[in-house]
Amino acid sequence: MIQHLVDGILVGSILSLGAIGLTMVMHMLRFANFSHAELLSIGAYCALVFDGVFKALYPPLGNVVGPLSLTWALTLSILISMTITAASAILIDLLVFKRVRSKGGELSMVFASFGVAMIIRNVLGLMFGLQAKLYSQDIVFAVVLSHDPLLLVKPDQIFSLVAALLIMVILHLVLAHTTFGYALRAVAENPNLSQVSGINLNRMIILIWIIGGGLAAAAGVFYGLTNQINPVLGRDLLLPIFAATIVGGIGSIYGAAMGGFLVGIASNLALLILPSGYSPAVPFLIILAVLIVRPTGFFGEERA
Amino acid sequence: MIGLISYLVFFTTVAAILSIAVLGLNLQWGNSGLFNGGVVAFFGAGAYTTLILGGTPQEAHLGGYQLFYPLALAGGMVAAGVMAWVVGILTLRLRHDYLAIATFGVAVAFENLMRNAEWLAGGAQGLRGFERPLHAWLGDGFTYNALFLIFVLLLLIGTYLFLQRLILSPFGRLLRAIREDEIAARSLGKNPARIRLTAFVIGSVIMGLAGGLYATFYAFISPQDVLPILTFQIWAMLIVGGAGNARGAVAGAFLIWAAWTASGWGLSRFAPVDLQLYTGSIQFVLIGLVIVGMLLWRPQGLFPEKLVVSQSGRH
Amino acid sequence: MTDHALQASDITAGYLPDLPILKGVSLNAAQAKVTVIIGPNGAGKSTLIKAMAGLVKVSDGQVLLQGQDITNPRPDEMGARGVAYVPQSDNIFRSLTIRQNLELVLRRARGERAAKLEALFQQFPPLAQKRNQKAGALSGGQRQFLAVAMALAINPSVILMDEPSAGLSPKAAQEVLEHAKSLTEKGVTIVLVEQNVKQALRLADHCYILADGRNQLDGSAADLLDDPVVGQIYLGGKRVAS
Repeated sequence: MIQHLVDGILVGSILSLGAIGLTMVMHMLRFANFSHAELLSIGAYCALVFDGVFKALYPPLGNVVGPLSLTWALTLSILISMTITAASAILIDLLVFKRVRSKGGELSMVFASFGVAMIIRNVLGLMFGLQAKLYSQDIVFAVVLSHDPLLLVKPDQIFSLVAALLIMVILHLVLAHTTFGYALRAVAENPNLSQVSGINLNRMIILIWIIGGGLAAAAGVFYGLTNQINPVLGRDLLLPIFAATIVGGIGSIYGAAMGGFLVGIASNLALLILPSGYSPAVPFLIILAVLIVRPTGFFGEERA
Repeated sequence: MIGLISYLVFFTTVAAILSIAVLGLNLQWGNSGLFNGGVVAFFGAGAYTTLILGGTPQEAHLGGYQLFYPLALAGGMVAAGVMAWVVGILTLRLRHDYLAIATFGVAVAFENLMRNAEWLAGGAQGLRGFERPLHAWLGDGFTYNALFLIFVLLLLIGTYLFLQRLILSPFGRLLRAIREDEIAARSLGKNPARIRLTAFVIGSVIMGLAGGLYATFYAFISPQDVLPILTFQIWAMLIVGGAGNARGAVAGAFLIWAAWTASGWGLSRFAPVDLQLYTGSIQFVLIGLVIVGMLLWRPQGLFPEKLVVSQSGRH
Repeated sequence: MTDHALQASDITAGYLPDLPILKGVSLNAAQAKVTVIIGPNGAGKSTLIKAMAGLVKVSDGQVLLQGQDITNPRPDEMGARGVAYVPQSDNIFRSLTIRQNLELVLRRARGERAAKLEALFQQFPPLAQKRNQKAGALSGGQRQFLAVAMALAINPSVILMDEPSAGLSPKAAQEVLEHAKSLTEKGVTIVLVEQNVKQALRLADHCYILADGRNQLDGSAADLLDDPVVGQIYLGGKRVAS
């Protein structure tokens, strides 16, 4: 029970990072972006590549950080991966979404995002192979935090959780205390008014892709670090991330952060009563439950 | 020669069945602007229910009610409709992205349930024990397949005519009105959510019919038949054919199915052995490119205008 | 150089390319005066204001600011040109506090932000008291004042206001309109759309009457207030035979 709860929190932090970016994009551009989770995959593979590059360039970077399996090379790679993934998100917008948008096809954007997701997912598969990869071949043993009840946690998991929380705290400080943060919230609430208040919407769209892409890359690496990397990583995380945005209410950044933890915990606790084969379906049950009980989400504004 | 003809019969049957599903999607997307991210779930509900209701008793799982075939097929359609009603009633009052996410979720959950619930539909092994109708008289050979093709084509034509009448009826005009201007439609005292729900359910029932026919044709259905790729294929058919244009949708279905089959055959035949594992990935990239490319460069589809004009000329 | 701060000359504009709402409307807003636009529902009053603010596409004609062509500007660049626009409703960010609303508009004025903020709070004491409250919690009149304060934050030379008194109590409406009038003493040009014809005419300097997307009449507010035809337009809502 407690083990499931802790595992849920760990997965939840990864979902939160994905959901925050997704909810911002969905709210600003008004479409369900089915390609968002592929940014996690791009981030995970990108870090894999640069991890290798750094180790080859300067072998001491291959040393692990403290008790983790994480190397210094991978730590650097996380930052690079966040940058490159953000750039990819902007590029995808320029190549596809912006052009579909300018044709007035708001509804077609959903189709386009599915198409983009399929292309990214399968191109990654063609580039890196369909089999799973790991950042480190070393086996890191879980630490026994408690014997009764038994609670096992890997150091990498703790690192991912702390890093994810740190990223969320930074984002919170930006949103709550900088005029850039106010502008982000203003655009989320009322794009027209924010425009007449002097905010350049096209620039905001780019900034939102940067945030969304950066957070997704971090989430992808943390997932790869605590699980494994494979081309269907994005596909498998897509529904839980969507569920997190719906739990929080589409457009609510804080809601998405909480939603990620809730979905992570609920999915893990569900394993207590359901066979593990059913876990991919659990996010859908959560979506249904939210839509029945409180369709606007638990943190969102009263707006349908 | 016979081999070629029987292959053509096989190909046309599958393409015609998929055309029916595309027509259902066209009512939802093309005529009503409703995004269905889980076409395969409604298709699958029709397929599984038809086989469960019409099949012979099996020890391992539910089913074997040996219902009269048309009733089993109708049962499949009802199952798809009920599923659509539940999803629709929860999401159609909300912003359109909720429907997109919920339908996508339904498809994931449906495939997951079918794969895991052995007691229900045989799990990963699939659903067996279905005898094709009139099989005792017609055997399994070419005659059966040719007659089944005619049956499917009749249903395709019937579905087409039904939908044409539907969109020219007052209900169809309402659908268009809501699509164009929801607020205006509401001010006329119409409830847009209810009308959209009706369109969504009818479209899904048609997808259920397609699923039922598909399962009947193979006398078998398994989770491998209800993977998300089928949803993408059906979308590509509609987008290529031109959303809102029923004849274009059917043409798109045949075109995409031909391209899919041919690319699969070509890749398995000519791709180097070490790439064989990746032919699926290549095909998926291609279908993704078709969807994105059409939206960017030809959002009206390959067969637009002329047919649309002739439709509106009949008013 | 003209004494017209803002001019619209013969503009055609609308939301859809083939469905113009304004069919050749002209307007001259004199420097440091209040110009009011009135007319029956659907006459295109708000559209005219929005077209000048860059929110509705002008397909024909020109918009001039101090004699300079600014037709179809980017709405987010209007503030930098000294034109502020106050929408009719949803004109504040409810999820931000009052202070954050103002800081958002002041975000370019990095060094002077705090000083400017204080100056605005001095001008609007009720807002100063509630500075850390969510703007969504304000009363209708206070919201309107916050919206005006946001407009003033950029030191505009022209303020475009779309029905500033809509939905307010008569007292609050009077306060908002009088405040707008008082701004002209500092040289600010005011253009506003009003439903509340009598009240608007009493404090305006010049008035334009639109009907069906065209200029109907214009003249000094004092003259129009006494004009029997004006009353007729508003009672019947019909066009005067032209």
